[in-house]
Amino acid sequence: MIDVDFSLVNWSRAQFALTAMYHWIFVPLTLGLSFLCAFFETIYLKTGNEQWKSITRFWMTLFGINFAIGVATGIILEFEFGTNWSNYSWMVGDIFGTPLAIEGIFAFFLEATFFAVMFFGWDRVSKGFHCFSTWMVAIGSNLSAVWILVANGWMQHPVGMVFNPETVRFEMEDFAAVVFNPMAVTKFTHASSSGFLFASLFVLTISSWYLLKGRHIEMAKKSIVVASVFGLISSIFVAFNGDEAAYEVAQVQPMKLAAMEGLYKGEKGAGLVAMGILNPAKKPGDDQDAFLYEFKIPELLSLLANRKLGSFVPGVDDLIYGNKDEGIMGVNTMMEKGQLALADLASYKQAKKEKNDVGATEALARFDVNKDYLGYGYLSTPEEAVPSLLIVFNAFHVMVVLGTLFPVIFAAFLFYTLKGTLTEKRWLLPIGLISAFLGFLAQQAGWIVAEVGRQPWAIQGLMPVKVATTNLSTTAVQVTFFMFVAVFTLLLIAEVSIMLKQISIGPEGH
Amino acid sequence: MIANLDYITLQQLWWILCSVVGALFLFLTFVQGGNTLLWQMAKTETESALIINSLGRKWELTFTTLVLFGGALFASFPKFYATSFGGAYWVWMLILFTFIVQAVSFEYRKKPGNVWGAKVYELFLLVNGTLGVLLIGTAVGTFYTGANFSLNDYNQVSWQYTLGGVNLRGLEAAFSLFNLSMGLFLVFNARVLGALYLLNNIEFGPVAAMETRLRKAVWTNFLCLLPFLLYVVVSILLMQGFHVDESGVVSKVSFKYFFNLLALPQLLIMLLGGLGLVILGVLAGAFKGSYKGIWPAGFGTVLVGLCVLCLPAFNGTAFYPSQFDLQSSLTIYNASSSQYTLASMTYVALAIPFVLAYVAYVWKQMDSKKLTSHEAMDSESY
Repeated sequence: MIDVDFSLVNWSRAQFALTAMYHWIFVPLTLGLSFLCAFFETIYLKTGNEQWKSITRFWMTLFGINFAIGVATGIILEFEFGTNWSNYSWMVGDIFGTPLAIEGIFAFFLEATFFAVMFFGWDRVSKGFHCFSTWMVAIGSNLSAVWILVANGWMQHPVGMVFNPETVRFEMEDFAAVVFNPMAVTKFTHASSSGFLFASLFVLTISSWYLLKGRHIEMAKKSIVVASVFGLISSIFVAFNGDEAAYEVAQVQPMKLAAMEGLYKGEKGAGLVAMGILNPAKKPGDDQDAFLYEFKIPELLSLLANRKLGSFVPGVDDLIYGNKDEGIMGVNTMMEKGQLALADLASYKQAKKEKNDVGATEALARFDVNKDYLGYGYLSTPEEAVPSLLIVFNAFHVMVVLGTLFPVIFAAFLFYTLKGTLTEKRWLLPIGLISAFLGFLAQQAGWIVAEVGRQPWAIQGLMPVKVATTNLSTTAVQVTFFMFVAVFTLLLIAEVSIMLKQISIGPEGH
Repeated sequence: MIANLDYITLQQLWWILCSVVGALFLFLTFVQGGNTLLWQMAKTETESALIINSLGRKWELTFTTLVLFGGALFASFPKFYATSFGGAYWVWMLILFTFIVQAVSFEYRKKPGNVWGAKVYELFLLVNGTLGVLLIGTAVGTFYTGANFSLNDYNQVSWQYTLGGVNLRGLEAAFSLFNLSMGLFLVFNARVLGALYLLNNIEFGPVAAMETRLRKAVWTNFLCLLPFLLYVVVSILLMQGFHVDESGVVSKVSFKYFFNLLALPQLLIMLLGGLGLVILGVLAGAFKGSYKGIWPAGFGTVLVGLCVLCLPAFNGTAFYPSQFDLQSSLTIYNASSSQYTLASMTYVALAIPFVLAYVAYVWKQMDSKKLTSHEAMDSESY
């Protein structure tokens, strides 16, 4: 049983989570489908075959329906940083705002400008310029992902900044470190390639439906060939890149890794849980078994987390209560240091106000000793530093299992399409039919791991979400939460209905 | 060169850059103005299709410019972003909702399988063009009239205005006649620009009657905006402003913005030149049979917008004053990002001319031929 705390901060979290999860229904499709449209159109440009033009325009129509709602939900996230997370916006806006502004300048204008050509320029510009515009939309969409994931990567692993006690905020001191943060690089490559994968599954799903219905067979087969190749390459990349992403997590967010693996007590030569059922009654520090059932692959977690067999992987208990043997400082100790840092910061501000230079200098010197633990000073209990293992563990395993399945699906579709026997494989087409739904599940699960796994932090180790939130009434956020639910529901119904109708019309409408 | 710029120059530069983006957004609200004209100007299905498709090819630019305006403010003046967005919660949320529903309306309105019907999306467009622009104007008005916030030592915002025990969170800005007038001025200006844009973009051969209606709309909407514009301009000249002295203490000073205009004659020239260009565009569109009135009127709007956004920020003025606690007021110097961040972003901003160039090039490519009824009624059109 998960305890639900209906406080302001949790309503704010719920609203942001709702928006982000809803946004991420559409974004991966935009990231991948834009490139698939560019592939289709490039083939048309090279071959002059009108069937490829029809295929391009069909997928472009679906892209357009999806794109509109993705744009609509994107602006909400930008606004919500200010409206619901204003303390966050002030304390890290110096760093976090920059990627957002760059995203606007470089990426959004590329998308917005060439989007009109892509949809309405068929008879207004040359074929070459039209194809170029489609590529620009694809590149623009993916560039926007770069910058927002740079921002997200920084939240997961803050680098390239310094705390300024004068302004009481974090300020950037190394732009390159923020942009090339290893966490940001793996975030972008993992999220964008998984978007390619998802869009390819989307093409498989619709094409499979056509093949099962015996409609638009040539178009479906041609689409499947392109999507399978793109999807296969993407899914293999996602798998390897996912390993790199987990390695990064192990280095900088060990609590998240422990939650992903349901690891309470750290161990050397830790095994990887291939399957397992977590014990919901288990609490940090108690002696209950973590799992009701588990199947582990020995040593694998140590190998994946540290690239070294037999190495130590810390568990939740080690991270909360410390482990002297392994040199791990516990959250309880960090909280003490953090509380000292907060007290010294308050003394510094007071001394400055009183124009007491000596007192300010002394307070600042004390603050500097513990400033790295500032965020921990806001925690009420060490256990607050633990995310929900039940959610993170299950989401992680759903993602991994599905991620392992996708290359097999793409390979099977590609193999039988090239062999010319795909339409005879009646067992495979239903799998294709549901594959986009599986992709959707994997996408959402991945972001749940990333975001729930770093709770309670808005900025890892520096700022918990309860400090980041705006000082609003809970009622105000509740009202807007349900307004968003209503609008999202209405828009989703419209989107799905229009999408299904377009699919039912098929490429002949073009 | 950028590395040698001092902090104050960077802060001023970034306020000007943000103002340019904001002013461009005001020009691009011709989309919102056009949204509101749909109900009055289009008498047939073909006319509706022409208006919707003409605007539908530009709405993303307006939307993106708004997003960039927000992003640029977040990056360069995070304290303003945190204070205004976090404080005036309801104003920003309502603006947000009007833009969310607009974003899907063009795409979904006529698509087969549309469960809510075209009229619902047309209503969304109307709401976006009226309430959305009105609220943005009201928010801009608070640069002059102030807002009801206080900041603590940690720069955390508290909103201090309640009515009947309910914290209005920025909605009280609508109680100010000045703010409302600013909003209504922008609404009618957007409608003038919308009509001028449609005149420029549509081939009127088979729908000549709509051209006449649009020309009339240019004039009537200009007449509607005049009282609000006059009230705003006269108020700005006469009202108290929020002066910041060299030690950072904020106080109210009579005729502050009038003196700012005298101290910053370039802003006065922008204001007068901008208004002149708007009038020129209106006269050309309404009475001279011109199809190009959007360009002087649009450029004029940009100049007026620049003046409106820069006037309360320079010459020792708090651009986001607090009525509740004067010393919490924000200036471009106490609300900005660090020198390092502003300098880094200035390097990035060097790309802006390139972005503007390709936007202009694509615009020219797409609009070299006017939108025809045939295109607008095509099965793949909006």
